[in-house]
Amino acid sequence: MAERRHFRSIDEVGVDTIRRLLDLTDHMAEVSRRPNPKVPALRGRTICNLFFEDSTRTRMSFDTAAKRLSADTMTLAVGSSSVNKGESLRDTVETLSAMGVDAFVLRHRTAGTPWQIAQWTNAAIVNAGDGWHAHPTQALLDAYTIRTRLGGATSFDGLSVAIVGDVRHSRVARSVTQILTMLGADVRLVAPRTLLPPVPMAPTTHDLDDVVGDVDVLYLLRMQNERMGTGLVPGGTEYTDRFALTPARARQLRPDAMVMHPGPMNRGVEITVDPSTLGQSLILDQVTNGIAARMAVLFDLLGSSGTLEDGANV
Amino acid sequence: MSERLVITGGTVVDQHGERRLDVRIADGCVVETAPSLTVDPSVEQHLDVAGYIVGPGFVDLHTHLREPGMTEAETIESGSKAAARGGYTAVVAMPNTDPTQDCVEVVEFVRQRGIEVGLCDVRPSGSITIGRAGERLTPFAELAAVGVHLFTDDGSGVQDDGLMRRALEYAGELGLILAQHCEVASLTRGAVMHEGECCSHLGLPGWPALAEELMVHRDIELVRLTGSPVHLLHLSTARSVELVRAAKADGLPVTAEATPHHISLTDESLRAFDARFKVNPPLRTMADVEAVRGGLADGTIDAIATDHAPHPTRTKERPLDEAPPGMLGLETSLGVARSVLGLDWQQLFALLSWQPAAIAGLDAVQGRPVVAGEPAHLVVIDPQAQWSVDPTQLASLSTNTPYVGMTLESRVRHTIFHGRPVVIDGMVNA
Repeated sequence: MAERRHFRSIDEVGVDTIRRLLDLTDHMAEVSRRPNPKVPALRGRTICNLFFEDSTRTRMSFDTAAKRLSADTMTLAVGSSSVNKGESLRDTVETLSAMGVDAFVLRHRTAGTPWQIAQWTNAAIVNAGDGWHAHPTQALLDAYTIRTRLGGATSFDGLSVAIVGDVRHSRVARSVTQILTMLGADVRLVAPRTLLPPVPMAPTTHDLDDVVGDVDVLYLLRMQNERMGTGLVPGGTEYTDRFALTPARARQLRPDAMVMHPGPMNRGVEITVDPSTLGQSLILDQVTNGIAARMAVLFDLLGSSGTLEDGANV
Repeated sequence: MSERLVITGGTVVDQHGERRLDVRIADGCVVETAPSLTVDPSVEQHLDVAGYIVGPGFVDLHTHLREPGMTEAETIESGSKAAARGGYTAVVAMPNTDPTQDCVEVVEFVRQRGIEVGLCDVRPSGSITIGRAGERLTPFAELAAVGVHLFTDDGSGVQDDGLMRRALEYAGELGLILAQHCEVASLTRGAVMHEGECCSHLGLPGWPALAEELMVHRDIELVRLTGSPVHLLHLSTARSVELVRAAKADGLPVTAEATPHHISLTDESLRAFDARFKVNPPLRTMADVEAVRGGLADGTIDAIATDHAPHPTRTKERPLDEAPPGMLGLETSLGVARSVLGLDWQQLFALLSWQPAAIAGLDAVQGRPVVAGEPAHLVVIDPQAQWSVDPTQLASLSTNTPYVGMTLESRVRHTIFHGRPVVIDGMVNA
């Protein structure tokens, strides 16, 4: 039997898988547009959403994706679980595994947990965000969103992307940088030195104004309020003044530039314009495409070809 | 009970060099050495060690025995077994037990328990500050009176510059040595691994080399000011090695140690997110590894010390930020050192035996040359052995070795403690 496949980081799965998943996402987006957006592809499969960290939108997106594929789902969110009673991660995973789980969708505050739990279960692992490390389904949906806007381009050669904000603590920034770079884009990280990783994974600048008028994609990251007014960034409006998408900066954007954000937005901090007034905003497309991208990942890991069409082979 | 033993066929390595000698042992001491000794099998045990190396037993400056307080991970008995199998006839027990080795009662418990177990010389260290809290000095003289020579807050460094200065002044005039875990805590909050390219990629909080080097530098300058000696624990960075090299060139009484893991593994090991590779100070880059090896080769670093740090599997299975740092070392140190350092046997014995014995204040009884009249604390090594590490076959209660599946070169065959073979053919002879 082939080794169990997982979807834990962009660099782990590699560019061929990413291209295949982008094509599959396209197919899933078509399914999602049907009047009855549901296929029996994963009927009888059980997917466990294992969320050790708050996340409403990612969890709901995965849950919706699983249901559109007719999988059974169970969800363990940390507040209601015995994890609070001191149960170890291993015991939690082994217990749930014993109930018959085909895939775990794991969100955890610590980098590496998707690799750790893979030792304790035969189920496939989908990383729904581990610490500052990786959020590969977010990266996949973002790449798909850009690709769709570009009319289905298979290469992002020459595409200029700026990722702005708290890159250091951002799993989204790491995964998005990997996938866009892998597909040919030029990614620049825009942040003060304090919010960059010790060794940044792409070229950097601390001057948003220097790049905002040139980019094809302006990707804003969420800035957590509790990080401001610390040793990382001064308090007050300094962060917003330097790194937010303000009305003035929005006016400098190229008309065809794309504005993206992984959500949830911290309005008034990293964005002070109403994105719905920006013709360039793809923020809601990202949310919509998230379901299709997660359907693609789950189907790729658990489905078998031929089961995707309505009623076929089930 | 008087044990008599003759070791024949081996090559003796000690401070006097390397030569073919048989060794006769009686009443805990070496009584005779000669190229060829006869054995009286009616009263003497015979160990034929043809082709093997015979030398003074190893001395570990840095062992966490975990007792009292954390006996799920290790006990003085299991740790002594691991030490004996690793060729150690003396270990300095680190003070971060629960309760801390900061008073006579706890130190005496550890020492007595070591004597009861009787497999190696268990020498408790004391903490520098009460409870290792970094605030009030431990009663150095009281502990020195019951045999404690080395004091350290290992697990953390003494953060307060003024307190460290006073500790050095106070300990120095008593003839004691302070050993520092060099880590500026404000630079390592939440850190899981070395700060560099790998941690940036993995999204794990970084432990910058600077956090070690700043304290190495501070302590060297405090030695210059006070004249008191300091021993620097587990050096891990290239710059730390440079700083110690310069301090020694200035004639300062600074000594240093390096661990087997800091000369054999790098931060790249963390790419599999396995907490067995989480250790403090963290695994560094290949350039650091090479610099530390260079420090051992040129005498900048005085000792190989294990930082043997057992942890139960259940705690090493926690997420990386919660998993405790540390790895086993006692049973693999010789094999690792032999495999990665291109040193001859006398250099290796200097680093594993008589130099650490001197730092620990044990040089009257441990790390002695193999000559008549000296205490018989010896190790016998098969230099040709190739072996791979099986965590289930270690004497330690814990299994957190980073060397699983790795092939190591040279292995301890026998360990003689007080003239008694406590390890024969790799097995503890309890």
